[in-house]
This record gives sequence, C-alpha cells and structure tokens, in this order.
Amino acid sequence: MQVDVRVQEPDFDAAAEYAALRKRLGAGVGAVASFIGLVRELHPGPAGDATVEALHLEHYPGMTERSIEAIIARAAARWPLLDVVVIHRVGRLDPGAQIVFVQVASAHRGAAFGACELVMDYLKTEAVFWKREDTARGSRWVEATGEDRARVSDRRGDA
Amino acid sequence: MNVEVRFFASLREAAGVGSMRLALPEAAGFDALLEALAAQLPAQAVAALRAENVRLARNQELLQPPFVLADGDELAFLPPVTGG
Repeated sequence: MQVDVRVQEPDFDAAAEYAALRKRLGAGVGAVASFIGLVRELHPGPAGDATVEALHLEHYPGMTERSIEAIIARAAARWPLLDVVVIHRVGRLDPGAQIVFVQVASAHRGAAFGACELVMDYLKTEAVFWKREDTARGSRWVEATGEDRARVSDRRGDA
Repeated sequence: MNVEVRFFASLREAAGVGSMRLALPEAAGFDALLEALAAQLPAQAVAALRAENVRLARNQELLQPPFVLADGDELAFLPPVTGG
C-alpha cells in the first residue's frame, strides 16, 4: 500500500491527485473514492448563525502527520487498500476554500467507500489540528461536535 | 534538568507564548511540571492546562501520568483536536 500524507498551506488539485494515482497504479485498482472538505460560511452558534470570515488551522508538525498515518493504518487493517492520499491544509482559509482531501484506491468499491469515510471520521476526532473561527462577533477556537464524537463511538469494534 | 514545553491553540493564547524552556528538579513528574509552570504563567493559564480534556505529549507521543521526565524532553499541552 502506498501512503502519502501532506500537511500544507497551499491549495490542492483533486484532479491532479487522481491523475497521478492513475499513473502510478496498475490495472489492479477497481475503485477510487475521494472526499473533499470545504470551509463553510455559516457556523451555527447559541446566539444564531454567525458568518465565518476566515478559519485558522494550527497543527503540531511531526505529531500531526503521524496521527494521520495512524488513522490510515486503522483503515488498512480493516480493508485491503492499494493507495491512500490525505492532504490537510493549515494556516488561514477563507469560506469556500478546500480544507481536506482524502483519496482511497482499492480493488473494490466497498473498501474504498468504507476506508474513505473512516479516515474522515477519525480526522475529525484524532488528527492533531485546531481550528479557530473569525466571525463578526470575534474569534473562537472550535470545539469538537457531539456528532463527530458519536460517529467515532459508533465505530467501536472497528479494527 | 531542562525541558521544552509547547502550547497549542487556545492554550498558546492563554499562556501568551508558544513554547518555553523550563528548569525542573531531577525525576520531575506531572505535579513538579505544573508547579514550575505556575511560577512562570498566569494562574488562569495554569488552570487551562489542568483541564480534564487537555492532553499532554512527550516527544510527540501522548503521555499519561504517572511519568518521570528526562532532561531534553519536549512536552506539549494539546487542547481537544478539531481537524477535518
């Protein structure tokens, strides 16, 4: 299995990542699933929705990359995967910007879909990143949502 | 002995610095670490470091008390993560 984890400020090009995958993989690949996360403009808060002017993503160089590799290893223990790419951006991100890219290649679609979703669920709860939102009402560090935690606890029993 | 202590996200803002070098007694554990930090940081920042959901890493591996620190350790206080 090939694994490529990148934490970077610049934007990424999903089409270029897919083209590069096609080039490096042979005819054994039957399925590729990918996910792209974008910065949403509205953030629901206790006092109503606030418009997000920008997100700031902070990480811990070294530990962050290893936390993502550990998540990929968890998916690979459950499904036979051929190639996994995870790109996570850091720094300032404006609404509408791409923030995260996950691309999983496998022989069959079940593995590709399943692993892509598992990696995203754990990226939300275990990868070492912190988000700060700037809104007209001020800046705040984002807290993990109950929904994100629930998605992972639903996965108890996963490899 | 000396250790390097790093603070991230909300904890960096509470501490007012991203990292600091800290002199500790030999064989210091969690209590000695927090005591030394309390001498350098505002009380509010130390309270934030002690929050139940804050995790501590040593040399980029998560660490659970009890532990004994060593000269040159890189420690990091990590608030709950929010990636993806």
